[in-house]
Amino acid sequence: MNRVAWPFLLLPLLLLAVWAPPAASFCGFYVARGDAKIFNKASKVVLVRDDDRTVLTMANDFKGDPKEFAIVVPVPTVLQKGQIHVGDKAPIDHLDAYTAPRLVEYFDPDPCQVAYREEMRVAAPQAGMSKMSRDAARERSLGVRVEARYTVGEYDIVILSAKQSGGLETWLHENGYTIPRGASRVLAGYIKQDMKFFVAKVNLKEQAKLGFSYLRPIQVAFESPKFILPIRLGMVNADGPQELFVFALTKNGRVETTNYRTVRLPSDAEVPTFVKDEFSDFYRAMFTEQVRKERGEAVFLEYAWDMGWCDPCAADPLSAEELRQLGVWWVGSGETPRSGRAPSIMPGGAQPVFVTRLHVRYDRAHFPEDLVLQQTGDRSNFQGRFVIRHPWKGDAECRGAEDYRRQLRERRSREAETLSDLTGWPLDRIRRKMNLASDNSMPDDNLRWWDRIWAN
Amino acid sequence: MTTRTATRLDPRYWQVLALSCLVLYSLFWFHFSTSLIQVALTLGTALATQYACTRIWRLPAFDPKSALISGLGLCFLLRTNLPLLAAATAVIAIASKFLLRWKGKHVWNPTNFALVAMLALSDRVWVSPGQWGSVAFFCFLVALLGGLVVNRSARSDVTYAFLASWAAVLLGRALWLGQPMAIPLHQLQNGTLLIFAFHMISDPKTTPDTRAGRILFAALVALGAGFVQFVLYRTNGLLWSYAVLSVTVPLIDRILPGVRFAWSRPVTGSPSQGVAHEPSRVALPAPPPAAAGRLGAAGR
Repeated sequence: MNRVAWPFLLLPLLLLAVWAPPAASFCGFYVARGDAKIFNKASKVVLVRDDDRTVLTMANDFKGDPKEFAIVVPVPTVLQKGQIHVGDKAPIDHLDAYTAPRLVEYFDPDPCQVAYREEMRVAAPQAGMSKMSRDAARERSLGVRVEARYTVGEYDIVILSAKQSGGLETWLHENGYTIPRGASRVLAGYIKQDMKFFVAKVNLKEQAKLGFSYLRPIQVAFESPKFILPIRLGMVNADGPQELFVFALTKNGRVETTNYRTVRLPSDAEVPTFVKDEFSDFYRAMFTEQVRKERGEAVFLEYAWDMGWCDPCAADPLSAEELRQLGVWWVGSGETPRSGRAPSIMPGGAQPVFVTRLHVRYDRAHFPEDLVLQQTGDRSNFQGRFVIRHPWKGDAECRGAEDYRRQLRERRSREAETLSDLTGWPLDRIRRKMNLASDNSMPDDNLRWWDRIWAN
Repeated sequence: MTTRTATRLDPRYWQVLALSCLVLYSLFWFHFSTSLIQVALTLGTALATQYACTRIWRLPAFDPKSALISGLGLCFLLRTNLPLLAAATAVIAIASKFLLRWKGKHVWNPTNFALVAMLALSDRVWVSPGQWGSVAFFCFLVALLGGLVVNRSARSDVTYAFLASWAAVLLGRALWLGQPMAIPLHQLQNGTLLIFAFHMISDPKTTPDTRAGRILFAALVALGAGFVQFVLYRTNGLLWSYAVLSVTVPLIDRILPGVRFAWSRPVTGSPSQGVAHEPSRVALPAPPPAAAGRLGAAGR
């Protein structure tokens, strides 16, 4: 019996998941140094949108038995075979890495030299790589209509429409999907809004033939004014908050949610140098703390960038080929973007695309309805960026050095407080880790008399 | 009663105060992307346009209150990276008060008209309906301040009628779809909705003259907004619906005639209230100073 890999439903979003092996297997997003898992139970979705056209890519790194994998996703229209594609995961991983919050490091110059030397390196968290026909009469009696069946790549895909959720639930049961309790009610709402259902399972024979060891992302293209990400099905039997990354690629500008607050991640804060060695921990703790501060009700903007105007680009940008793989139909096709800029005049490698990275941690209590999105006219750039400054370690004997050391102490003290504020980590622990007491960086009123004796 | 209304403080002072506090609150607490420069530019342009129009139309006195209220409304709702577009929106808002009139009454609420016009004309401006989230405290604050304003301008009926109609639309939809009540409740806990209900649709200069007319109008706007949002699947349903349905106000006034609103004499519009011959003074071709003063203060 096929069961749906719940988490994968990738989208928790869209999906109607049909049943979920516990804790499983999908979990899309690992950021890392040393394979540290950053966010569990995370899903990644790429949304390419302009006017009423949408290309949706659902990525997963499902590692279980392919037999167990299936998704059910509400979609606005019946999809033709040409509207469905099985893509490559590499461009998604690249997009993830390109847009991830990053750490920038600077080195203080010799305070005794007038000339400044600055070196900058960027450390971004690395994204880990991350029976067909039923009796027609039976379907009619259930009020379920199989609008189409396709085999695309390693997937068997069915497009369903239904008149009532009970019939759809029965059909799914009879075809080997176990629906979680409570899903039927959610399905009913989508049916009344005339949504169709995209159901995909793995075709083992095709998969063997193709020889892929993992399940590739499924992409669908459709035309509809609806610009939503249905997350309700994914929450039906979820046992905790889920993590979702939305990468939106548009012509005009930043994408935001209209029914939830979209908040910028803190950026450009100076944090202690030890964060470099545990940036993944920092990112996760910082995100959790920001979610808490927003009472769990906000969607976070982690990156917004006009890919048409980075010259030079701070990170290796996506190529036209990668963007096309993700469904950006206007790139490289000779079609002029709305802004009137022709692709040909873009500086080296830049593309007429605006990329938005949204990050949301959601559960039923705080996100009762699906995400409704809009494309705004905002083309200003934003990145989740954090800064570390390495102190000057060399000899420095001059009057300026004294000032420098005093400022340094103040700075390190400030960095500790900033870090504590961002992550919710206890200030004491941070100070100990920075060994603040040893260089007298800690404000006196925070010191106990014995703190300076052994400087530990 | 005449004595009491004559000595009453103009309710727009309350409105300016309430909106100013909320703009500051939004800027510093919610970290709106709008800059102080843009706020200053929007308000400055609105006032300058009001002054220019006062001169062109040869009104006896420059009254900044309405222009300030329109400008503050734009500071809340209009988003753009280009300061020039913010200024242009302010010009459109104020100029619309003087240019788009029907029988001496505004056709559109200036803020609403300017927002909708700019959304239609440019892809570089936008409105963020979710910008306040559903923070209960904020909702409470807006309701409180807004309630103060509408009560003092005798137009609270349109606000409450609108909120009731909109709640009915959302609850009805949820019931029909079988959705949990958490969904319509979430949709109602929206700062932008409260701003719209308490500070925009309550505009006494553009709503129908009678209570029955206003309740009818509020219900129509709620239905229209539902159509835009849940049938057409477009954002900013409230703004679009209000703009489109504003053209029906002259018709509603014709079917349900009442007493025209004036800031100097806030009444609910019932014919038994106020002075029966008041409307005819507004229609005079060469208004006496008292009536011209109202024109200068024309609506928001």
